[in-house]
Amino acid sequence: MALLSEKVRQEVENLLKGLKDGLKLVIFTQEFECPTCEDNRMLMEELSAISDKVRLEVFDFVSDKEKAEYYKVDKIPATVVGGKEDYGIRFYGIPGGYEFASLIHAMMIVSSKNSTLSTETKEHLKRLTKPVHIQVFVTPTCPYCPTAVQMAHEMALESPLITSDMVEATEFPHLNLKYKVFVVPKVIINETIEFAGAVPEAEFLKHVTNAGR
Amino acid sequence: MEFILPAEMKEVPVEEAKRYDLIIIGAGPAGMTAAVYAARKKLDTLVISKNVGGQTLLAPAVETYMGYHYITGAELMRKFEEQVRQFPIALSIGDEVTTLSREDNGFSVLTSQGKNFTGKAVIIASGRRARFLNVPREKELIGRGVSYCATCDAPLFGGMEVAVIGSGNPALTAVNELITYARKIYNIVQVSVKADPVLIEKAKKSGKVEFMSGYAVKEIQGEDKVERIVITQTKGDKEVILDVGGVFIEIGATPNVEFAQDVVPLNELNEIVVDCDCKTEVAGLFAAGDVTNVPEKQIIVAAGEGAKAALSAYHYLIES
Ligand SMILES: Cc1cc2nc3c(=O)[nH]c(=O)nc-3n(C[C@H](O)[C@H](O)[C@H](O)COP(=O)(O)OP(=O)(O)OC[C@H]3O[C@@H](n4cnc5c(N)ncnc54)[C@H](O)[C@@H]3O)c2cc1C
Repeated sequence: MALLSEKVRQEVENLLKGLKDGLKLVIFTQEFECPTCEDNRMLMEELSAISDKVRLEVFDFVSDKEKAEYYKVDKIPATVVGGKEDYGIRFYGIPGGYEFASLIHAMMIVSSKNSTLSTETKEHLKRLTKPVHIQVFVTPTCPYCPTAVQMAHEMALESPLITSDMVEATEFPHLNLKYKVFVVPKVIINETIEFAGAVPEAEFLKHVTNAGR
Repeated sequence: MEFILPAEMKEVPVEEAKRYDLIIIGAGPAGMTAAVYAARKKLDTLVISKNVGGQTLLAPAVETYMGYHYITGAELMRKFEEQVRQFPIALSIGDEVTTLSREDNGFSVLTSQGKNFTGKAVIIASGRRARFLNVPREKELIGRGVSYCATCDAPLFGGMEVAVIGSGNPALTAVNELITYARKIYNIVQVSVKADPVLIEKAKKSGKVEFMSGYAVKEIQGEDKVERIVITQTKGDKEVILDVGGVFIEIGATPNVEFAQDVVPLNELNEIVVDCDCKTEVAGLFAAGDVTNVPEKQIIVAAGEGAKAALSAYHYLIES
């Protein structure tokens, strides 16, 4: 049975009509699929069937080790949303619930290569000198989380130095322990900076520039 | 699993230069209903809101909104939004009103994005936000075990012992959200549980909930995360320490009125005082929903009040 209801599928079809350039969803699963790996693969299969601008590549986390290393994917289920280039936009765990909107958003921005960030933010991002790794922890039922995820992904699109991960917290309990995730959205930047909540763009930027100077 | 998308965007430009007939602050049930009623009266309307849906987004299950036996808060708000987007209503979402002031024949609204809008009439529908408990270490441990959003954060407390503070419907809703994840839930209640019997029954049936009535929280303890809470009897001096990893604070909400407090009279609970037509003391300024002194903070009440406020604003505009 399909994961997406017919109503949602049609809405997605309408949205994907707005895609400019082609894009690819690169997913990592494994031979004996974890339950969420299977759902994630099915979801991405359904999405790629909706538009011929969306190509799906499926890799095995274990046997396609060199691909996992190339994309720096260290856990599954993983989804890379990329175009001609890899912009560093990642989803770990299923982008379900409210995060489904973040997945569609990532596809749209990758396809148009355009973000909604202010010119000022874009200028600041150009001045980064060091790699910045943003992890945004979410739950599917958190209405505030997509704001943080989408902002981080837009920053990754704008800067080749930024990688941005959505991490579905309930699927990676060891990371919750490591980063003490008791609230969502929780953002960890370069392992050193952390903050909670969907903060305004200027504040998010401040944390990113502090990490990437 | 649900897959939720925002309602389709039909962009109506948001213009600073123009003078709107009506500016609505807040897009929860009250603000969105007001917007639809205003649009049907062909008022040139701008809605400014931090988000679409307000507190109702946090309601896991709504069984009291007529027309739907059962619907999640998120789904209901999505339906509200779809209805709003049928009309030519300008929506400025993701922005926050910082100051509302009076000016000649109308109002001026400043936002955190530095915008300045003007309107002939204004409806405040900015709702409420969770209240703090104001006990030691609460603020320091926010996001480290202290939570005000069970819907968002409950899944992070799998297998843990947690406490829910509060006695009303929101508290018991949080308890019931946590049943799926937590190993044990203490419900700390100052006097007695005041929630709807269906919510209490569900909590009792789970076998996971211990009701601690007659206790108040003295302090939350823990270095970099919540480790325990100290509660004391409200009538007596017994002190109990509970080893919990999470504290969900659901002791009611406080109105979002900071931006308006210099223009409009508030009551002792900081609620905007309105009459039964949703009029405030200030001509042209209306308020609706949870931000007002109207009793019963419920979706259906907020929506109804939103409708009344828009119709009152319409009468005000055609008469003035
Ligand atoms: C967990 C929970 C469960 C609930 N369950 C139920 C239920 O089952 N049934 C029921 O009937 N009711 C329920 N309620 C109550 C219901 O959600 C509220 O009564 C209702 O949302 C009030 O609507 P409102 O439009 O007045 O305000 P809100 O929903 O609070 O909306 C206010 C809007 O204004 C915005 N805003 C605030 N300040 C500003 C500003 N300065 N500038 C711009 N925008 C601003 C907010 O972001 C928000 O979008 C529940 C509430 C909670 C918290």
